Amino acid sequence: MTAAPLLQVEDLHVEFSTHGGIVQAVRGVNFSVDSNCTLAIVGESGCGKSVSVQSIMGLIPIPPGRISAGSARLRGREILGSNLIDGRDVRGSEIGMIFQDPMTSLNPTMTIGAQIAEPLQVHRCYGAGRAREEAIRLLDSCRIPEARKRAGQYPFEFSGGMLQRAMIAMAISCKPALLIADEPTTALDVTIQSQILDLMLDLQRETGMAIILITHDLGVVARMADEVAVMYAGKIVEHGSVDDIFYRSAHPYTCGLRSAMPVNDRSRQAELKPIEGRPPDLFSPPPGCGYAPRCPHAMNLCEREHPPEFTSGVGHYSRCWLHHEMSRQRPRELHFRAAAGEGA
Amino acid sequence: MSALVETIGLTRYFEIGRDQRVHAVEDVSLAVAPREIVGLVGESGSGKSTFGKTLLGLYRKTAGTVRYRGETLPDRYTPADFRRLSRKMQMIFQDPYSSLNPRMTVGEIIGEGLRLHTDLSKKEVNGRVSSWLDQVGLSGDHASRYPHEFSGGQRQRIGIARAMILEPEFVVCDEPVSALDVSVQAQVINLLAELKESLGLTLLFIAHDLSMVRHVSDRMAVMYLGSLVEVGAADEVYFEPKHPYTELLVGSNPEPDPEIERKRASATIQGEIPSPVNIPPGCRFAGRCPKVMDVCRGVTPELIPLRDDDRLVACHLYT
Repeated sequence: MTAAPLLQVEDLHVEFSTHGGIVQAVRGVNFSVDSNCTLAIVGESGCGKSVSVQSIMGLIPIPPGRISAGSARLRGREILGSNLIDGRDVRGSEIGMIFQDPMTSLNPTMTIGAQIAEPLQVHRCYGAGRAREEAIRLLDSCRIPEARKRAGQYPFEFSGGMLQRAMIAMAISCKPALLIADEPTTALDVTIQSQILDLMLDLQRETGMAIILITHDLGVVARMADEVAVMYAGKIVEHGSVDDIFYRSAHPYTCGLRSAMPVNDRSRQAELKPIEGRPPDLFSPPPGCGYAPRCPHAMNLCEREHPPEFTSGVGHYSRCWLHHEMSRQRPRELHFRAAAGEGA
Repeated sequence: MSALVETIGLTRYFEIGRDQRVHAVEDVSLAVAPREIVGLVGESGSGKSTFGKTLLGLYRKTAGTVRYRGETLPDRYTPADFRRLSRKMQMIFQDPYSSLNPRMTVGEIIGEGLRLHTDLSKKEVNGRVSSWLDQVGLSGDHASRYPHEFSGGQRQRIGIARAMILEPEFVVCDEPVSALDVSVQAQVINLLAELKESLGLTLLFIAHDLSMVRHVSDRMAVMYLGSLVEVGAADEVYFEPKHPYTELLVGSNPEPDPEIERKRASATIQGEIPSPVNIPPGCRFAGRCPKVMDVCRGVTPELIPLRDDDRLVACHLYT
């Protein structure tokens, strides 16, 4: 690959000082995302998914938060720390964001139309009238019926699904190159979820924007993602294409997540296999692999040394000692396909 | 096979002002056989939880009856009815954060049922509490702690222990895993399955996660805007849905398999669940149904059995 990716995040470390000590929420995360591409970041609550993207957006409170290392470059320009490129704020214009809970993320005292018009006035210097017309057009393109009437209403007059559409309309108002969606459908019903996901895919097709989708629902991942990063205890433990993650899972945590979910397959009445135990305490993260205490394949080494990235295909890597060439355990149930001389 | 719990035409309205009433549950008849798990699915606002609570007498019935072991339960419970019935019928709540009293220790919360309903000594109560803590995967010395010291999954286990300590026959589980992480969901589901086996429980499992309901339940009932639209064996309802609403619901459920997702034609259902206030006559789904006919807007379809099936469907396509 020659051209720099749209967004490249390298070695991101984020910590929070609390009364109990310093929480190392994100511990060295690398990922990149290109136009027209959807990257899903998957993991359980508290694994650092949201903190990673919020720190890129400059949304974590500093203090107590602190970005202790790393870089995030948008088209090659550093945005960590300032969020300005050439004196212009990239938040809201180059990068749009939607949140899990639209009810609390919108301003209850402003009309929906005014809230969507605001970024246009701030970032694109639109006049009030033109911004308002554009807001109505955006609501309409997010398939809100009677957009003109709806634009004059307040958030409490909208249902959850409609609010999420309004949030999307606001996030895409300045035609961002990247849309970050933090659990956009977790609070919604499956039927409404399906509508919102379709809308996001259509908008991506029209505008070519990149999407970073944070979710814990593997069904949503399978539906939306081109690439997947699986996070655990503040690190990315496996990264690959959506097919790599589902059909050639290399990390025991990925396998664990998959077998903890019911599969709708009539021929297999598989039992749910929960992942026992809890994620590690990030006040004092373990020296080795964070997943070792819960991992059925853990070796002595896993608890002492943190595994590096082992490549198992083009663009597919996992941080698991099982994939070291000298490892004697190569569990078949991991569907591990030997990296036949490809990659690094 | 006679039903353990049966509702006949159960109805619950909420009055919200002059001439305004929310038709939360309307004419729902559902029978649950002993040792059966019936899953109840539907979108939010379809009346699933209200049905569960009305069934247990936590809400007063507007109309209809509830039978338990053939006995018709009173319309309005007296304290004595509650004392008698809450030993047999229990509930596990959705939100493990708001359903535990933050001022009581876990031991007090779990043991409260025993203290109210039995004459066991304090020591015996404590013994049972700690054995139940063990059974749900916590440890006996957690009894002296407060709910805020526990994670969501652990709190849900506390809620389960509280419901199970009286060894009920019938438990309504209202979205017991919706608030939990995937890996923890599996832990709680497996715990419920074990307890079901060891105690011979009968469960009404309310959830909106179709895959989970199919996995857990023997039979599945689909609810829309306060009425049942389809009831049948869980696998059959999921894989061969008959009612257009069920079909769309299953079609919107994302499968954790990229192959399936790529092949799937988008079967997105348009619109949203309408307001349950002052519902127009006819089929409640008519406004969103892709197969709607003229008759649907005038006549309310009844839940009737299909000819060669043990399936019940409320749709004019099958009448």
